[in-house]
Amino acid sequence: MALLELKGVSKSYGEGKSRTHVLDDINLTVNEGEFIAIVGYSGAGKSTLISIIAGLIGADSGSVMLEGKPITGPGPERGVVFQNYSLLPWLSAFENIYLAVDQVFPQLDAAEKTKKTQFYLEMVNLGHAGGKRPSELSGGMRQRVAVARALAMNPKILLMDEPLGALDALTRGNLQSEIERIYQQNRTTVVLITNDVDEGLLLADRIIPLSAGPAATLGPAIDIPIARPRDRKAMNQDGQFRTIRNEVLAYLLGPGSRKARAQKREASGASV
Amino acid sequence: MKTPMTFKSAARGALLPLLGFAGLLGLWALTSAVLSKDLPSPAKTWEASKSYVVEPWAKRGELDQGILRFAWYSLVLVAKGYGLAILVGTPLGFILGRSKLFAQSFDPVIQLLRPVSPLAWLPLGLVLFQKSHPAALFTIAVCSMWPTVLNTAMGVRSIPKDYLNVAKVLQLSRWKVFKKVLLPAALPYMFTGYRLSLGIAWLVIVAVEMLTGTPGIGGFLWQEYNSLIYEHILLCIVAIGVVGIVLDRLMKMVEDRLRVADGV
Repeated sequence: MALLELKGVSKSYGEGKSRTHVLDDINLTVNEGEFIAIVGYSGAGKSTLISIIAGLIGADSGSVMLEGKPITGPGPERGVVFQNYSLLPWLSAFENIYLAVDQVFPQLDAAEKTKKTQFYLEMVNLGHAGGKRPSELSGGMRQRVAVARALAMNPKILLMDEPLGALDALTRGNLQSEIERIYQQNRTTVVLITNDVDEGLLLADRIIPLSAGPAATLGPAIDIPIARPRDRKAMNQDGQFRTIRNEVLAYLLGPGSRKARAQKREASGASV
Repeated sequence: MKTPMTFKSAARGALLPLLGFAGLLGLWALTSAVLSKDLPSPAKTWEASKSYVVEPWAKRGELDQGILRFAWYSLVLVAKGYGLAILVGTPLGFILGRSKLFAQSFDPVIQLLRPVSPLAWLPLGLVLFQKSHPAALFTIAVCSMWPTVLNTAMGVRSIPKDYLNVAKVLQLSRWKVFKKVLLPAALPYMFTGYRLSLGIAWLVIVAVEMLTGTPGIGGFLWQEYNSLIYEHILLCIVAIGVVGIVLDRLMKMVEDRLRVADGV
């Protein structure tokens, strides 16, 4: 059975003339243990999509189901890693994670909660930095804490909204390897939102392009049948990688581009 | 090259304010000598005020006490009224920052009440409470709480949405959202409000004491005016200014510490 299922999901913001159609007819099925990447243009509605799955905003139409039950609001079974500013700056790294542990495992006593918190800190290789405030950590370290906090919620699915978008290229590479290692360790289902096709190719079992907005929709899903963990350096030579990358780019630059979407809308007479 | 520059700027930092005060004293002396014979000169003021300053804690009689003792009476009254302002203003600010409905209903009311002078509030306080002490507290509180209300509301409004989203994903209770997210995020703003409120509370004290005849630095000022001892008016003005600066600096220190602690 599918863990997560979106059917015909649409979302608009605003009223009247300033109304913008953000997402149109989104259909997505994610199976248990799967790592999927959604790749798309900036501002196309990627964050809106993940917020709908997280339950932070509601869809206008269509259904969003987790394990066959409709999603009505946010909850810790869908752990979210936000792009930015999501660690509470007045709490240390440890306390940020502890907040999640404390909330999701109320039945544990303090010593067990502390142990669990430390376990997740060590999972992201920050066992030594628990006492530090976010302002004392680098951007990459902060996002590792955010990943640890999301995992500490013991989620059924991990939602990552461009978690590495604000990092420099080298840190980004390191964290991609880290995410791969953590995924291997936990096998939690992951939906990764990214604007970097190669990031999707490196990490995901399946990559799905999101067309340009307005009224963005998902393109054809492409399986990545390459053994994990994948070698970043091989990506530029390996034929299979190149084929898949070309396929994704062909959609994003072709039928998924802003121009093609606009032409299609005009042809169908839809007003957006 | 750098050392003489910093020396120069340090000398400037110390000299220029002194120059400013010297200018003020000169203007004062000139005014008292030429323009207004009733205005005591700086020297005469010092002569008449010396005993109040040299023995600041003395209590020679109900109307004749050291300047710090008078200031202390005023500070106690201010502390009570200001405490009341914070107690009422902080929760009001939180509600204002959290609820759009509340903000739209009460923002105009606040804008209307905010500029009303203490001289206008005090008679109303006397009507409401019949006694001068509660009326004084009411006036100080109602005049000084607005910066606390508005800054707290601004602090709550400017909390990054991601923090609140994290709270939602974790399904934190209302109390935990308040304790772990809203309060720490708004704290630096709240203290800016507290500092500004304290400044106003101190500003209001003189008017309140004058009108109610409460013993304190403002009451003393008014009484000495009525007794035609104008030197003491000037003494009081200087003392009020000094106490005001000290209060502001102390609050600023707390505020800065909070900002650093939050990494803002």
